[in-house]
Amino acid sequence: MPVDWFPLWLSLKVALIATALSLVIGLWLAYLLAHRRFRGMEILDAATALPLVLPPTVLGYYLLVLFGRQAGLGRLYEWVTGSPLVFTWQAAVLAAMFHAVPLLVIFARAAFESVDRNYERAARNLGASNWRVFWKVTLPLTRRSILAAAILAFARSLGDFGITIMIAGNIPGRTQTVAVAIYDAVESGNGALARTLVVIVSVVAVVILSLANRLVARQAS
Amino acid sequence: MLELRVQKRFAGRPDSAPFSLQLEFRAGAGVTVLFGPSGAGKTLTLDSIAGFAVPDEGRILLDDEILFDAASGVNLPARARHCGYVFQNYALFPHMTLRQNLAFAAERRPRLERHRKVNEMLERFHLTDAAGRRPHELSGGQKQRCSIARAVIGEPRLLLLDEPARGLDAPLRRELYDLLRQVRAEFSIPTVLVTHDLEECFELGDEMLILREGRLVQSGPPRAIAERPANVEVARLLGIFNLLPADIVELNPQSNLSRLRVGGFDLAGPYFPGRFKGDRVWLCVRPDQLAATARNGAPGANQVPAQLLRVVEMPDSARLEFAGEMRVQMPRAEYDKQKANKEWLVEFPQQGLKVL
Repeated sequence: MPVDWFPLWLSLKVALIATALSLVIGLWLAYLLAHRRFRGMEILDAATALPLVLPPTVLGYYLLVLFGRQAGLGRLYEWVTGSPLVFTWQAAVLAAMFHAVPLLVIFARAAFESVDRNYERAARNLGASNWRVFWKVTLPLTRRSILAAAILAFARSLGDFGITIMIAGNIPGRTQTVAVAIYDAVESGNGALARTLVVIVSVVAVVILSLANRLVARQAS
Repeated sequence: MLELRVQKRFAGRPDSAPFSLQLEFRAGAGVTVLFGPSGAGKTLTLDSIAGFAVPDEGRILLDDEILFDAASGVNLPARARHCGYVFQNYALFPHMTLRQNLAFAAERRPRLERHRKVNEMLERFHLTDAAGRRPHELSGGQKQRCSIARAVIGEPRLLLLDEPARGLDAPLRRELYDLLRQVRAEFSIPTVLVTHDLEECFELGDEMLILREGRLVQSGPPRAIAERPANVEVARLLGIFNLLPADIVELNPQSNLSRLRVGGFDLAGPYFPGRFKGDRVWLCVRPDQLAATARNGAPGANQVPAQLLRVVEMPDSARLEFAGEMRVQMPRAEYDKQKANKEWLVEFPQQGLKVL
């Protein structure tokens, strides 16, 4: 039975890029929430947690409205890059980020807030700019927690289904990620393919989870 | 020279009382100690100087440079203030070696000079052997020396210390005081030190500022304050006096005498200028100024019968606690001779009594 490796390879690519982008955005938001007090902070706080609470198809619908071919942002994207966003693998990246960013913000913020305030004060007192304090003091002290959070975000991105299928679709060989491929195999009665994919993904998930756990345990000690 | 005038208010909340800090002082060369009970606003003041806390109103000048001015909206960030800060728990970066901790502080210099400066500090503070270790591998004394070295390596214009001896055992305390004296001699950086330990004030302070509930109650050299506390409040904060309620029965300026009634007994004292007959005052006298002897018959001049409640024996002295909140301190040898006394008399000196 020939196995189509494309969904797996696509999912890995999408998850990697989504995690990288989510790290940049997520760490920045976590830093703001952990260090600054500003008006609208509660709104930002709620907004970052919202994607984890809303049903995926609801989020997918909102994204279609925003990024669809007729919509403002969708047309802007097409104008800049030359191709529409919806029903491409880039849309799958966006879909994955909608869960990866909230996860990272929540974990990273908790990690930043657990750093003894005096370390950051000492660094500022010794002449370091905010960037240097973050890069040389805060981040090294929270390195393992952040890494564990990133790994969990990667795992989550690997398996995204609801939002992905709504804005990236189910185009075999183009936007069919592994979760969508499993759904497709079950629907079309291809039990063998479904089973194979499920086993592979399960093994990957377990490996990733145990890795993340080990890192968090070492940080705590 | 530090010139400070700050005001900061914390509104009351369901679980805590409102707090208001209102302080104005100048600190020149030498060590200025901010002394007071917990919650007096000492650390808040220190943090305002360092840039960690922002006052509501006021102005802070360091060597004529404005660090903070509420009126014109100037608030220099902490990194631009050039004040060395020694934290209570050292705050040495745990993920860096001792050498890296020092290098972090000297980051603004070109690499060669930074290297040289770090080595110089390591030597001066006897840390060369431990340079490659992390803070959790250092002894208490090494951590202490490193935290101070890190604070002075950047050649700050002011040194700030937050309760540096808190929680230290006696040998480490001695080491710290010696170290700070050495730093004062070698570096000559004006220093502001926060503490609630009176011994520290005497060991290190050139000038002492007593804070209570956000207000300055007395300032001056520690010796002068201990000799002449401004009022009962200060005397109580210092904790080194007997404070006994007394009435002035008689005043005689010509012969420089007075009579006081304390606990039903009359005492002769010096003339108290500015007081009137019939005044209710607090008699302020140190335990070592009082004497205690055995009672044989009637009490003599300035002797008051007293009931001994408790004796605390220390290596070099003994503190006798009598009813009526009288404490007498005498050398151990003398107490040993008097141990067997059944009844006691507390003797007040005729001169040297103070009233507040």
